[in-house]
Amino acid sequence: MTAASHPRRWEPFVWPLLTGTGLLVVWALLVKLSGTDVFPSPLTVLLGLRELLEQGLLWRYVGDSLRRVGIGYVTAIALGVPAGLLLGWYPGVARVVNPVVQMLRPISPIAWIPVAIVLFGVGDLAAMYLIFLGAFFPIVVSTMDGVRNVPSIYRRAGRNFGLSPAALLTRVVLPAALPQMLVGFRIALGIAWLVVVAAEMIAVDSGLGYLVIDARNAGKRYDLVVAAIMLIGVTGLALDLAIRRTESLKSVRWGFRNAA
Amino acid sequence: MTSRAEGTPAALPLEDKLRADGIGMTFERDGGSISVLENISLSVRDGEFVCLLGPSGCGKSTILNIMAGFIAPTGGEVRIDGEVVSGPDPRRIFVFQERGVFPWLTVEGNIGFGLFELAPAERERRIAHYVALVGLQGFEKAYPRDLSGGMKQRVEVARALAVKPDMLFLDEPFGALDSITRLVMRVELLRIWEAERKTIIFVTHDIDEAVQLADRVIVMSARPARIQRIVSIDIPHPRDISSRHYLELRDGILEAIGLAHKV
Repeated sequence: MTAASHPRRWEPFVWPLLTGTGLLVVWALLVKLSGTDVFPSPLTVLLGLRELLEQGLLWRYVGDSLRRVGIGYVTAIALGVPAGLLLGWYPGVARVVNPVVQMLRPISPIAWIPVAIVLFGVGDLAAMYLIFLGAFFPIVVSTMDGVRNVPSIYRRAGRNFGLSPAALLTRVVLPAALPQMLVGFRIALGIAWLVVVAAEMIAVDSGLGYLVIDARNAGKRYDLVVAAIMLIGVTGLALDLAIRRTESLKSVRWGFRNAA
Repeated sequence: MTSRAEGTPAALPLEDKLRADGIGMTFERDGGSISVLENISLSVRDGEFVCLLGPSGCGKSTILNIMAGFIAPTGGEVRIDGEVVSGPDPRRIFVFQERGVFPWLTVEGNIGFGLFELAPAERERRIAHYVALVGLQGFEKAYPRDLSGGMKQRVEVARALAVKPDMLFLDEPFGALDSITRLVMRVELLRIWEAERKTIIFVTHDIDEAVQLADRVIVMSARPARIQRIVSIDIPHPRDISSRHYLELRDGILEAIGLAHKV
């Protein structure tokens, strides 16, 4: 690969494609050479994917996982942003609440599984609650930090033009904090996608996480296990690419150093 | 404090736009207290262009912030149009260095920022007028990150003027610009000032800038800041900056600061 800072137009597509193909070849060779009858070859995985497609499971499971992530994640934004604004805006509130937030934040959402089941039973709600928990704290913390880091010069300018406190919040503080908040949103979405897989292994009977565990339990279908893993990877990548597009919106682009 | 319509100002002669009486400022720090300003009294006439000149860190920005209502002084008071200043007010806009431009808004969005009480049509008209006044036609939809430092400074001046304030406070507005752009901006500022006749209080540490722009230069001492001398610059605009009188006035200020013939 050339080290030039301006890669030619085909490069961003061709190089990853080559790496991917190389990995597939190595994978196929390793399966062949080791003579394993447990781990599937790329071809059998592809056949597994076709089987899922024909049974109508593929889109249903992807859709179920996305729906759980969507609901849990949107709830986390709906509650996390106001909470973060409050903590960032009132240093006094932050002094009281922030230590608790910082203590809860490093707890893996997986650790909450038993609690989630007690609270919501085995089912969708428990899974969505875990996703919410995983996404909530990064959103709160990034919003709080974003508000705190708004340069005082912007607030002063806003007050100078006679803005009410509410207008100052919506017209100055929020747009000024938005780039940092988006970083938190992106991290939170990544975590949500990690958590949904774990949650579906335990709490529900559909979705990609369920597919992984079910394919293994019901007849050691490792072709389907690997197919599910690949679907998880591709969908996660698509989610990340989608949320990164928000960083190039003109009203937030100033906050991202590398965005062209 | 921000009531614009009501209020007959207290009995004070109206020829003074702004009057500062015995302003003092003491900051508490590490148990001790530091005096930044001591007994600053001055008055500024309506429509006058006054420069506060002093070395970096002397507290001249603090005076400006007190006049604008962002900081309450620990002693004395500032009256504008006879009313005691108790907070920021849209009738008096503070212009920062170009860092004060909102990066999430376009040039238009920035200039129209303070016009939220106007009807859309009037707002459009006002924005267009001030875009033209500062020479930014064609850049209405541009974001600040795509503008040069001088253009950002124009946006900020236009944003301030658009709300039709009667005073402007400028805190070293051209300090971050290169020397050529700085000269251009001085000419522009004088042109705008002559067109709009706002009262301007301009903080700078640049002696030439002060003598080129101001009707009066208020020379401050190092901390704690006191008024050392007030110099009237009685040269009409445009000023010939190689004339003898200009050089005399400049050298007089250098002398007051204690730097005459030292370099």
